[in-house]
Amino acid sequence: MDHLDQLEAQSIYIFREAFARLKKIALLWSLGKDSNVMIWLARKAFFGRMPFPALHVDTGKKFPEMYRFRDHYGKEWDLDLRVEPCPPIDAVDPTLPPAARSAARKTEGLKMALAKYGFDGLIAGIRRDEEATRAKERVFSPRGLEGNWDVRDQPPEFWDHFNASPPQGAHLRIHPILHWTEADIWAYTKRENIPIIPLYLAKEGKRYRSLGDQDITNPVNSTASSIDEILVELEQTKVPERSGRALDHETEDAFERLRVAGYL
Amino acid sequence: MNMIVTPTSPATPNGTTRPQVRIVIVGHVDHGKSTLVGRLLHETGSLPDGKLEMLKAVSARRGMPFEWSFLLDALQTERDQGITIDTTQIRFRTNSRDIVLIDAPGHAEFLRNMITGASQADGAVLIIDALEGVRDQTRRHGYLLHLLGVKQVAVVVNKMDRVDFSAERFKDISDEISAHLNGLGVTPTAVIPISARDGDGVAERTDRIGWYKGPTVVEALDRLEPARPLEALALRLPVQAIYKFDDRRIVAGRIESGSLVAGDEIVIMPAGKIAKIKTVESWPVTPVAGRQGAGRSVGITLDRELFIERGDIVAHAGTAPRETRRLRARIFWLHDKPLAKGDQLLVRCGPKESRATVVAIEKAVDPGELSSSENKAIGRNHVGEIDISLSNPIATDPYTENPRTGRLVIEVSGRIAGGGLVLSVDAGQRAVPVDIVPVESALRPDERSARYQHNGAVVWLTGLPASGKSTLAKALERRLFTNGGSPILLDGDTLRAGLNSDLGFSAADRSENIRRLAEVATHLARNGHIAIVAAVSPAREDRATARRIADTAFREIHVATPAGVCEERDPKGHYKKARAGALASFTGIGNDYEAPQAAELVIDTSKRTVAEAADEIEQMLKTTGVLFDEAVDLAANI
Repeated sequence: MDHLDQLEAQSIYIFREAFARLKKIALLWSLGKDSNVMIWLARKAFFGRMPFPALHVDTGKKFPEMYRFRDHYGKEWDLDLRVEPCPPIDAVDPTLPPAARSAARKTEGLKMALAKYGFDGLIAGIRRDEEATRAKERVFSPRGLEGNWDVRDQPPEFWDHFNASPPQGAHLRIHPILHWTEADIWAYTKRENIPIIPLYLAKEGKRYRSLGDQDITNPVNSTASSIDEILVELEQTKVPERSGRALDHETEDAFERLRVAGYL
Repeated sequence: MNMIVTPTSPATPNGTTRPQVRIVIVGHVDHGKSTLVGRLLHETGSLPDGKLEMLKAVSARRGMPFEWSFLLDALQTERDQGITIDTTQIRFRTNSRDIVLIDAPGHAEFLRNMITGASQADGAVLIIDALEGVRDQTRRHGYLLHLLGVKQVAVVVNKMDRVDFSAERFKDISDEISAHLNGLGVTPTAVIPISARDGDGVAERTDRIGWYKGPTVVEALDRLEPARPLEALALRLPVQAIYKFDDRRIVAGRIESGSLVAGDEIVIMPAGKIAKIKTVESWPVTPVAGRQGAGRSVGITLDRELFIERGDIVAHAGTAPRETRRLRARIFWLHDKPLAKGDQLLVRCGPKESRATVVAIEKAVDPGELSSSENKAIGRNHVGEIDISLSNPIATDPYTENPRTGRLVIEVSGRIAGGGLVLSVDAGQRAVPVDIVPVESALRPDERSARYQHNGAVVWLTGLPASGKSTLAKALERRLFTNGGSPILLDGDTLRAGLNSDLGFSAADRSENIRRLAEVATHLARNGHIAIVAAVSPAREDRATARRIADTAFREIHVATPAGVCEERDPKGHYKKARAGALASFTGIGNDYEAPQAAELVIDTSKRTVAEAADEIEQMLKTTGVLFDEAVDLAANI
């Protein structure tokens, strides 16, 4: 078994545990490279078709390429796709800096979707290597009744035994690719031939390393126009993956405040 | 973390894969773990551009001197409190290893995070302050490393600058900790004098520690071996689930040890049923040929239909794990309330879970203390050996024979409260008191079959309230009786009025209610009767228990009348009451009914008459060998 085989086997194990131990789960499909890998892994775990819904909490501000991708592969992969809108910006905490406030809309949209369907588990494609606060996550991460994350009181999790009993009315976040890195995602995408949104590949010296809302995501300087070239670039760069995400840089603690409130 | 790693050395020769090892850094609070991590990242060239400068600027803005540990204390809350509170994972490279570093915290309150981190580690660095020496958490962490099965431990004696790089002081600490670890059966791979703040001993042997001839920290990390291969051990495939998404019935799980290939003769434990692997399924290409080894998540199909459930273990005949209801384990305890004799728990061995009772507690100690005074109960952050009695039989191995399956975790109120290693398994021991001697019937089963023209069976009707279970049950009872059979109706509500009148509607009481129904029904079936059980029985797990009790006599019928139709019927007025909030824990309005996935028969009573439904049940009982067809020779069935 090589490195990617090990990552894959671990993720499949997590998917099957989530499906066995929770009653009603959904996968959060952001349309980005990580959640596409997740869907692929889910299809491997369940032998072809993902047996629970793919939930797209839509800010309405994604790139046109992303919507085209969603509509095409939602059908091709036979997904039970649920698209849920976000509330208008006025409904969101006005004390947050602008980009964080914009991102917080997604948290509100997520809460509305949770209330609508009553999911007790949401599968999210965050990774430990992305961002410092995500490094502190558990694989099965309990959320409070308000969807909030209590980083100080996380239950222990060891030997692939997960805490799968959320209190009544609360839900769990499940992180099947927490242990992957950005380079792992690309190497696996290439090996498995998983489709990607072309915005990740360089055009005229720029490419997106991470895809969010159009107005708060910027491309980075790059000449990588294929996955192989992206992998070479990642070997050399010291620029963080989320550097193009405006909300990470507004204040030191903006991202953590968002996450405590229930952001991914 | 935002840490993109640059190789500090040329790529591995010949393009071979570099071994990846996961390490954890443990030790007493404030002995310098985070500082060492910050220094290691710097020395191996692993910091992103500008990160160091940014943190130096942040320190200046806050009017405090820069500390290496700030690199890790990325959370605002941590910086305010000045301690690292949780496990973060950071990757970097030494000359010959890819290292995943789990920065485990030292504050006593956060021991559960240290365990979360260390349980995933191949090796550990135990850090000790040269000035303070070995402290209670040094000892406790050493003990936990041993319990978690981490064998490769390097010790670093930090803050040597504060003892003037005294070789004598270093030797004292080195002797003390080596003796402690040796006593636990752990031999340190190295004991290294360092100053994480100044860099001595981390990547370089400086003049100030000129007297030290051993490896630096980076060199010690270089020598760590990745996790031991498990393929050489006997096959253990714990079953996570059985999937019937299409016409395949796939048994899914991860191979914890050993290997398998299509054609293998296997045994399903603890039931001991034998089968052959027909195919190994996969996606997008299926089936797959070739041997599948430890670590793979797989799906297999078998050459025959067996009742298999989550938590069973697939093994090879001859090397199967032991079936038991009783085992001994060495555990660590993380819950606020001490663990005492008589406590009721939930035990998990891989995907298998079982309710359990603590029968005995021995050697309960605080591993942080030097003198190990024994206690009656196992306190928070303490360790001990316990005997547990399990309500369901499980299949497991002592950890010395299989480190993957020979371990368990304990849950209290749905939250992991402890864990440990299986020391020994009392094979075959049943939790049955010796003074009970079951009396066998005077009649043989075939005598009854000959009279009734059927074999004994448990016909289990499950479905929402008002779905038509009782109506169908009564129709079936009448029909079987008319044909000379011996049906007996066991209605859930009727039994609650007598046998089960001590039970309420909590999850535990519902489980017990189902268990009693199943035991009574099975007793009737063994004596040749057809027990017809009509019970909502919403929990899949409870019905699986019933099936296990009745075994081959079990026939599940899902009365799958749509919820809307059931609510409209509402003959007992339950739905109305529940809607009005006057009936707590009522199944039917919420989504707490777990439909069967592999029932022998599914009937929607809104689409057929009672007579038609009874026909279908009768037909199913014929094809599955319960009712004797007129045309069939009676002798063939007995």
